[in-house]
Formats: sequence, C-alpha cells, structure tokens
Amino acid sequence: MAENYIYTVMKKESLANSIYLMDVKAPRVAKNCYPGQFVIVKMDEKGERIPLTICDYDREVGTVTIVFQAIGTSTKLMAQYEVGDAFRDFTGPLGCKSELIDMSMDELSKKKILFVAGGVGTAPVYPQVKWMKENGYNVDCIIGARNKELIILEDRMKEYAENVYITTDDGSYGFKGNVNECIKDLVHNQGKHYDLVIAIGPMIMMKFVCILTKELGIKTIVSMNPVMVDGTGMCGACRLSIGNEVKFACVDGPEFDGHLVNFDEAMKRSQMYKSEEGKKVLREKEGATHHHILCECHEK
Amino acid sequence: MDVLKKVPVREQDPKVRATNFEEVCYGYNMEEAKEEASRCIQCKNPKCVTGCPVSIDIPGFIKEIVNNDIEASFQILSKYSSLPAVCGRVCPQESQCEQRCIRGIKGDPVSVGKLERFTADWAREHKITPQKPKELNGIKVAVIGAGPAGLTCAGDLAKMGYDVTIFEALHEPGGVLVYGIPEFRLPKEAVVKAEIENVKSLGVKIETNVVIGKSTTIDELMDEEGFEAVFIGSGAGLPKFMGIPGENANGVFSANEYLTRNNLMKAFDKSYDTPIIAGKKVAVVGGGNVAMDAARTALRLGATVYIVYRRSETELPARIEEVHHAKEEGVILKLLTNPKEILVNENGWVSGMRCVEMELGEPDLSGRRKPIEKEDSEFILELDTVIMSLGTSPNPLISSTTKGLDTNKYRCIIADEETGLTSREGVFAGGDAVTGAATVILAMGAGKAAAVGIDKYLKSK
Ligand SMILES: Cc1cc2nc3c(=O)[nH]c(=O)nc-3n(C[C@H](O)[C@H](O)[C@H](O)COP(=O)(O)OP(=O)(O)OC[C@H]3O[C@@H](n4cnc5c(N)ncnc54)[C@H](O)[C@@H]3O)c2cc1C
Ligand code: SF4
Ligand code: FES
Repeated sequence: MAENYIYTVMKKESLANSIYLMDVKAPRVAKNCYPGQFVIVKMDEKGERIPLTICDYDREVGTVTIVFQAIGTSTKLMAQYEVGDAFRDFTGPLGCKSELIDMSMDELSKKKILFVAGGVGTAPVYPQVKWMKENGYNVDCIIGARNKELIILEDRMKEYAENVYITTDDGSYGFKGNVNECIKDLVHNQGKHYDLVIAIGPMIMMKFVCILTKELGIKTIVSMNPVMVDGTGMCGACRLSIGNEVKFACVDGPEFDGHLVNFDEAMKRSQMYKSEEGKKVLREKEGATHHHILCECHEK
Repeated sequence: MDVLKKVPVREQDPKVRATNFEEVCYGYNMEEAKEEASRCIQCKNPKCVTGCPVSIDIPGFIKEIVNNDIEASFQILSKYSSLPAVCGRVCPQESQCEQRCIRGIKGDPVSVGKLERFTADWAREHKITPQKPKELNGIKVAVIGAGPAGLTCAGDLAKMGYDVTIFEALHEPGGVLVYGIPEFRLPKEAVVKAEIENVKSLGVKIETNVVIGKSTTIDELMDEEGFEAVFIGSGAGLPKFMGIPGENANGVFSANEYLTRNNLMKAFDKSYDTPIIAGKKVAVVGGGNVAMDAARTALRLGATVYIVYRRSETELPARIEEVHHAKEEGVILKLLTNPKEILVNENGWVSGMRCVEMELGEPDLSGRRKPIEKEDSEFILELDTVIMSLGTSPNPLISSTTKGLDTNKYRCIIADEETGLTSREGVFAGGDAVTGAATVILAMGAGKAAAVGIDKYLKSK
C-alpha cells in the first residue's frame, strides 16, 4: 500500500465466514450518497475497479460502509486489509438512488413494503430499511441464505425493520426453504399483504422472486450487479435488456423494475469472465485463469 | 538532399510491432529534425498557422530547431499548447497545418507534427518545464474532466495566476488520452503522464475519483466550495450500439470497453488484475480512429481482425496514417459491408455476424455517397468477438444535474464558440462535451478559448 492513498479503512468487522464489513473514509462520497447507490474501489495501482453497493454512511464522520465476500482474487486481497490500511481509489456515489428516496410521503405511507435480501445482498437492503424507519415507515424484511453461518446483519436489520424473517435453505436457522417459499408462506399462510417487493441478492434469486411476484401481482424492484468497468456510463459493459430497451446499470440503475429485466441474458453476461468458455478464451490468451470478482460477491 | 521531399521518419517494422504495444513511430533524432526544420522557408505570412486550431507560431518554433536552441523552441510551443508531445503524435496534421504548408504545393509539406513531437520529447528528456506564472491571484476556478480540453483550460488559467482544481471521474487524469488512445500510438507513462505533470507544475491541482453530478454538483462547487467559475470538459464518453439482434451476447464489446480494459486498466500487462477477452477472430464495426485503435489492439493481443465498414476506403473517417498502419500490420478491411445480426451460440457467445454487401449511391446530406444494400448479398463472417465502434455522445450526468444548463438534441452542451460561455452564469464548456466526438486539438482549442473567456468574465465581475 502506497503512502499517498487516502481512502483509509476506519473499521473492519467479520460478519460471517469470508464476509467482511468495512467503514472507509471518503468524505465526498459520504456527503452525497443515498441508499441504492454504489461505489467503485480500486485497491492499488494494478487492481481492478470493483463495484460495491453502499451499505451505510456517516455524513458527519465522512465514512462509507461496504460489505463484500472474499471469493475472487481481488476480494481476497481486500479481506487482508486492516484498520489503517487504505485504498488507492474510492469513487462514488454512482448510479441512481433507490426509487423510495424520491417517492412522496403520501405514496410511501400507502404502501406495505417487503424487502427480500439474499446472502451478501443483505448489505444493500440494510440502508434502505434503515432509511424507511428513520422516515417513519415500517417495513418487513426476509433475510435468506444457504445456512445459518451466512446470515448477516440480522441484529442491525432488526433495529429498523418491523418484522425480520430469517430463512435458510438447510433449515439450520429460521424458516426452512428459499426466499420464495418464505414469501409464499407470508402471503398465503400468514395473511400478509404487500404492495411492493424490493429484492436484492444473487441474480438467480432475483429472477425467481420476480417470477413469483409477477404471479402474485406485486411490483418488484431489483438491484442488478453486472460486470462493470468505469461505472460512469462510458464503456457499456454493464448493459442490460430492460423490457425492449438497453440500459446501462451504472447510470440508469442499478435498480430496475424486476418484471422487465431479462435475467437469463444478464446471468450469461455476468459469467463472461467466469464461465468455462470465457476462461478458455482467457486461458488461451493469457495462460492463466482470470476470475471476475463482480458477481461472486453476491453468490450464496 | 531533395528539399521537395520530407525527411522520412523511422518506424517499428510492421511485422514486429503487430505483436507488441511499443510505440510505432520512433520520431526524429536531432540530425533528422534539423534537416527537416531547414526545409521550412519561414513564410512571412505562414499559411500553416491558419490551419492550426490553436494558432501555434509554427515557423517560430521550427526556426529555433534550426538555431539549435531546442529549449527556446519548447517555450514557444508551450505558450500555445500544454500538450505538445501529445499533439505531435495524434493531431490530424495532414488536414490542418501541413495541408496548408507552402512546401506542399510542389512537394511534401514540412513535417510540422513530427517536429513538434521532437521538440516536446527533447524538452521532456532534458527536464525542461513550462514557465511558471509570475503572480497568483487566488481566485478559484473548477475544471471538470482531465482530458485535453480540461487540461488545456486549467493550464492556461494557472498561467494567468488562477487557483485551479481539476475534478476527474476516473482514477487517472488524461481522458481519452489514457483510456482510449493505445500505448503504441501514445505512450502513457513517458508522454501523457509527463505532460500532465507539466500542467501540475503550473500549480494546477487534480482531484481524481470525483464524478460531478454524483460526488458533488456544479452548484455545490460554486456555492459551498468557493469556485467563482467552472469549465466543463467532460468529453463525449457514452458509446453507441447498433440495435441489431445479438448485440448483448457475450463477446460483444463497445470499443470504449475494449480499449479501456487494455489502456487504462492495462489488461495486456499480466501484472495488472483486469481481464480482457481478446478474441481469436474479431470484427470491429466502424471506420474511425477509434475503430482503427480497437482493431490494432486486438491484433496485438493475437487475433485475426476485420474492420467492417459500410462505405468504401475513401470515406473512412480515420486518419490516413492510421489506416495505412493498420493495413501494414495485417488488419483486414471488409469495406462496403454492413452487419445485420450477431449470431450467438447456445452458451450465449458470439459465433458470427450476418452481413450484407453495400454499394454507394447518391451523395446524402453529409455529402458522402450513401451506402445501399446489394440484393441477395448476405453472407456470414465467422467470429468470436465483435467490437462496436459507432461513435459516442456526451454523458448526461452533468447536464441532468445542473439547472439551467442548456443542451442540444444530441445532448451536447450549448456553449459560445468564442468564449465557451454556457447558458449558466459563470459556467463555461468546451471539447467533445460541446461538439460531440472530435479531436484532441479542437478540444484544446476550446479549452484555450474558454480560459480567455473565464478570465474576461472574472475580471469584469
Ligand atoms: C480511441 C480513440 C482514438 C482517438 N484518436 C484521436 C486521434 O488520433 N487524434 C485526435 O485528434 N483525436 C482522437 N480522438 C478524439 C479525441 O481523443 C477527443 O476528441 C478528445 O480527447 C476530447 O477531449 P475532451 O477533453 O473534450 O474529452 P475527453 O478526453 O473525453 O476527457 C473528458 C474527461 O472528463 C471526465 N469526465 C466525464 N464526465 C465527468 C464528470 N461528470 N465528472 C468528472 N469528470 C468527468 C472523463 O472521465 C474524461 O477523463 C480519439 C478518440 C478515441 C476514443
Ligand atoms: S507554411 Fe510551411 S514553409 Fe511556411 S512557415 Fe509554415 S511550415 Fe514553414
Ligand atoms: S460500467 Fe461502464 S458503462 Fe456502466
């Protein structure tokens, strides 16, 4: 780490096995960021530009909280950073703030909202839930993961959500089943009614939540995490098909109407540097396997 | 010596350079530069200067080369240009200064660009820096974007004594010079970085990782941070796509993405972490400088490369020198060819491109002959990678977050050509953000004009 790096890690916490939370000093970002937006971090001279959703911020202290799972080469290196270490670059806030932030009070008070958080996707859900509570609205939240060890931010979420439902695939904690089974349980068995679902997690989870909520007739917003390079609309790597249009997730998103997203295409694209075919192309070229860290941090 | 002929410039052998990222053109040495400089007849009424968007005193700097005072030659250049080593390499001299040179009537024009490069390179190697401002006035001016327009405007304002800060969205300053134009045409460390250091040596501060419109806004800069004027030089970065089927398949990239991965993120250098899928059989769609750069980059990464362009060679918008270099290196031109669809395999990857042959019809509004499809001429080009290079437009990030800043239907910021003034008081703009994608020197010219405009505005306030 070079001495002139200014984006210092002020706090580091391990949330679960290989999932970390960090508060990073970045006053310009902290001053103007909102739930729903993301940052791009670059560890050092030779590092990749890594997009990470903003998990929290403290405008007074000038810090921004990020959460990541150490799976790829870059995120594993990031996990080795300790308090006092610093990133070379930390850009943001990028993307649009969550739709909720600009909704009128009137509209919000009429809506019953369910947040659905999957794995590391719990991190970007958290600031939205917090923002809702701080503005006087009660919301429900499902946190889903493969097993108990991978459930994160439960206590923090409970501070701000009216009801938090935990669900694990293996039943090691809370409800047994995936988030969809949990949603069905709430709606069908517990008489819950929702007007809006905000689902953030692995793409495959968001895809299936959207199929379900379409059946249930509940509008659903998802947060997309495609491959990105610049994050300012300059490269088009992050493009997605939304309805009949092509949108750039970094400037038009990252949140979109989930019922319009072409998830199959998005999932294929996010495999570009990870799939066998992509790796083969890279191997032939580079003699080594490259991992793209982007979506791995949202994999369960 | 035949005075009608220019002194040839040494270049890397095409076969060798097609496999590396080192600079293609070696430039003149002292002897060659002097010989070429002596071909300039020092016109009383130099036509070359009228062809230069920033009116460099061309006979002036050339004369000092003949006089063997390269430092003086550099100080003349740096009065007009903050980036002479860049301009000497990438300006389209053939349609500007050199096109008007008197020598060109009966022979080769003087190689103004190569001489400019010589002087600037010599000065850098001898650690000569531009003259610093004499007096500082402490008035704060913000410049958005560290491309050629922003760097020039900032440098000129600093020379006038202003306290200038550039805000740049990316992690490196330079704009297209660092993310777009490849290493083999414009070395990043040796040339671009050094010229940016020169701008900094004038007192200009550069804050990277600040996206205006997101991290902060023009209003905040003026109301809270005390900037009395703002120059927007945010470029035209938004890539266009064709809108044909298959365009979102894996293996389809915008030229900006492909070039950014390789230039800014240095994917070609294995010690950097960013990957690039170089491809084995690559088609670059488009015919401008950007297309040539993408094609020659793919070639160096080991691919067979086609340029797919719907008009003929004479209409190619790229500089002649670049087309010539691309052909020499082995890029295959598929002219009068238009893509209809990108074919995709079962795993979502590009497998080919369905194309149609074109012929040229009547001239259209742009004066160029309009390409029309030939009947029954469809064919399939087998490929694994497609790079779309269809032009770019300005990013709406700034215009959409700045009240009262007018744009035209192409999202270009509307600014007065002479002063750079926009519809917002105290806010000036220039370069690609105003004109749409153009050239380095035009962006610099706009930055220069705006520096004068800003100075006048602040003095009259
Ligand atoms: C591949 C390629 C090859 C080219 N080859 C040539 C050539 O050979 N000769 C030639 O003359 N021209 C060439 N051009 C064109 C030339 O590079 C541009 O016309 C020129 O760079 C425009 O300068 P600019 O300063 O207006 O914008 P840019 O160089 O685009 O710089 C704009 C800067 O602003 C930053 N920015 C954007 N938005 C924001 C924001 N909201 N906040 C903060 N910063 C922001 C960007 O990150 C960028 O660094 C080429 C272009 C490309 C892409
Ligand atoms: S027109 Fe040509 S010969 Fe005349 S001053 Fe300019 S470069 Fe020299
Ligand atoms: S990440 Fe480059 S355009 Fe979105």
